[in-house]
Amino acid sequence: MLALSRWKIILVLASILFGFFFTLPNLAPRGALPSFLPQGRLNLGLDLQGGSYLLLEVDTDALLKERLTNLTEDIRTRLREGNIEFTGLGASGDQVRVRITDPTQVNSTLNMLRNSLGETMLTGGRDVSVRTGPDQTIVAGFVASAAHAAATDAVSRSIEIIRRRIDALGTKEPAITRQGAARIVVEAPGESDPERLKAVIGKTAKLTFQMVDTEVAPADVQAGHLPPDDELLPSDDGFAPAYVVKKRALVTGEMLTSAGGTHDENGAPAVAFSFNGAGTRRFAEATTQNIGKPFAIVLDGRIISAPVIHSAITGGNGIITGHFTEDSAHDLAVLLKSGALPAPLRVEEERQVGAELGADAVRAGEISLAIGAAAIFAFIILAYGLFGLFAAGALIVNVMLIIGAMSFTQATLTLPGIAGLILTMAVAVDANVLIYERMRDEANAGRRPIAAADHGYRLALPSIIDANVTTMISALIMFQFGAGPVKGFAWTLSIGVVTSVFTAVLVTQILIGWWFKYLRPKLLPIA
Amino acid sequence: MNDTTRSPATAAQSAPSPRRGLRFWPLIRLVPRSTHFNFVGLAPFAAVLSALALIGSGVSLAVQGMNFGVDFAGGTVMEVTTPGPAPLGQIRARLGDIGVHDAQVQMFGDPHSARVQFRSVAGRDESSAPGFVAAQLQSSFPGLQVSGQSTVGAKVSGELVGKGLLALGTALVLMLCYIWFRFQLQFGLGAILALFHDIALTIGLLSVSRVEVSMTSIAALLTVIGYSMNEKVISFDRLRENLRKFKSTPLRDVINLSENERLSRTIITGTTAFLALSGALIMGGPALFPLVFTMAFGIFIGTYSSIYVALPVILLWGVRRGDEAARPISHQPARP
Repeated sequence: MLALSRWKIILVLASILFGFFFTLPNLAPRGALPSFLPQGRLNLGLDLQGGSYLLLEVDTDALLKERLTNLTEDIRTRLREGNIEFTGLGASGDQVRVRITDPTQVNSTLNMLRNSLGETMLTGGRDVSVRTGPDQTIVAGFVASAAHAAATDAVSRSIEIIRRRIDALGTKEPAITRQGAARIVVEAPGESDPERLKAVIGKTAKLTFQMVDTEVAPADVQAGHLPPDDELLPSDDGFAPAYVVKKRALVTGEMLTSAGGTHDENGAPAVAFSFNGAGTRRFAEATTQNIGKPFAIVLDGRIISAPVIHSAITGGNGIITGHFTEDSAHDLAVLLKSGALPAPLRVEEERQVGAELGADAVRAGEISLAIGAAAIFAFIILAYGLFGLFAAGALIVNVMLIIGAMSFTQATLTLPGIAGLILTMAVAVDANVLIYERMRDEANAGRRPIAAADHGYRLALPSIIDANVTTMISALIMFQFGAGPVKGFAWTLSIGVVTSVFTAVLVTQILIGWWFKYLRPKLLPIA
Repeated sequence: MNDTTRSPATAAQSAPSPRRGLRFWPLIRLVPRSTHFNFVGLAPFAAVLSALALIGSGVSLAVQGMNFGVDFAGGTVMEVTTPGPAPLGQIRARLGDIGVHDAQVQMFGDPHSARVQFRSVAGRDESSAPGFVAAQLQSSFPGLQVSGQSTVGAKVSGELVGKGLLALGTALVLMLCYIWFRFQLQFGLGAILALFHDIALTIGLLSVSRVEVSMTSIAALLTVIGYSMNEKVISFDRLRENLRKFKSTPLRDVINLSENERLSRTIITGTTAFLALSGALIMGGPALFPLVFTMAFGIFIGTYSSIYVALPVILLWGVRRGDEAARPISHQPARP
């Protein structure tokens, strides 16, 4: 094995060059390297560079509820259009039920609804199934595959909307990825205000303009007696804790074409908006008819403000005033512009690391690594002399290869990953220890130095491979199971397993081979 | 057993010592050239020791359980820094005033930093609680900054517990499969019992020391499993080799010989691993400590259990040696 073939030397030299050039960008100041050299630095995890991690779940229950409400309203409209009398229309569980008053109309109604409700799916057939129930009832519900598709679609649209919102905040390089069926992971590196990020992502941003019903007596409101087409919504406008408003929306957020931060006549921050054609028409109509009456600007079920209509607004432009700061006005404009989320998002997990805490971690990691490496070098040279020096050299190549490979693949280095790097050094040295101990055994048993060295490599190799396979198994499981930091640990460990076998066996072999070739020693330095 | 058979120990002794010429370097020798420790003889004492440690772990787990971090328990953990020494008592009192349940406030690394962990806040939902607490603390303690924060919802923490257990289970099964594939079943049995021993004691240590258990602890446990397995494989390799070489020597003598032969490696590798981790243990800071602490213990326990759990199990169970003897020996080292 010590007969050094040319390919072994070429392979080792090539890998050292690779390790060197891909490690270099991490050592040199940014921009100092000529452009023909690789520039990729280690990709630091959020725990090292600071940043925010959010795991969001699309509230599919709320999504289903909203779809059922829409279906209910659809059925109501169709039945009214068809002049069919009905009672007890409503959603229960995941279905909508309605009782048709005239038994002779049940079958024709069933057919009418079957052909008109819902939408045609890609797979053919409609996404709503309609059947008859007992006692002249008709039951409608979403077919299972459609419910699933709706959830998937909601997640995709949510990702799109979140991306637009975060981009508008000016966060650099956010990573937004889908996880599993109904989850979204947002990773925003760097210094960003996590609460603001959460506020911007977590809002559904469903905007409606609704008329305030001024004819309901306060006593009735107190007693909870509201007209059927009214609702009581909490208010943040500072004048009243809640208003009674008409359920029917004059205009909705979908009719907005643009929104932006501005100031009202008093110089207070406000949000300017403009409507599309349909929105302009409906808003003009409503404001013409209701001069002198207040209407409510409702965002996600809370009233922002309830201005009184002074004159008809026909141009399709307006401003929303309220208790805004510059930031909150800007954020609301961002929300309105990027559209409403199809369903509310729940924050299931959030992690934030301040840039300073991350920098502390990097420093601690570097010091730990340096102390560990220095201790290993000292010990291994004390234990094995010249061969220990060879092993130390192999270890330096190993660390270089790991950092180079991680920079090259842009794998993420996390704080546990640094621990993985430290552990890898120990495991790499173990390979050399196994080899050298074998050499000692063989030399003690009377073999000539070169034969002992050769046998050392040959006999230790199976054990080295075995030992690294077990480490690799652990790393792969971690990779499967872990998220973020743990995944970083697994990455470092797996790359380290491969490079450490390579360097501990091949690099030292070449060094020892040259030593034999040029110095022709009579004794092993470790014997 | 044939008494006239030369024991492997005497075989090693009578090896011709190599020429002692010029030394290249004053090598430190932690272990003499050849040792004759009776490892197997100490096994009964080790068994008692292991049993006591296992009982202790069980008692600690039953009495005080584990110190689960937010990953597994759910809730919020915040790292805060203050201009002066962190007023831990006052922070605790303030948290109680604003309705924070189960608040733990500890020093975090240096006196200016504290770590605040809580499950929930009265009248606040999961997602608004951390922001509320942060704002309250900032207004009560001028200059206080939140440098890091993690909140894990009950749903996710439940899933993480499941994932963690699944990962540990998968690791055990795969390791057994690997050992089974590489060695005989008896070896696998010894290895797996040793692994259970290691995991149980590591968990026991985490319970006793109150070190926080998080997702990275699972990574640490998996590393412990990997390292421990590594030790078993090295030990078994040597044992198997010697079983082929000394076919009629009693098993306990072959085990003793094998362990003595690899003692130097065991000690050098163990020392190297500890030295490697020493920097991180001392200077790694509070974030790295739980992971490194667990790994350091794992190195110790993995080495111990190779000699005092895996091998005794093999000794008690016995090894089919006819099978091994039938195999041709490819590389017979020049041992007389």
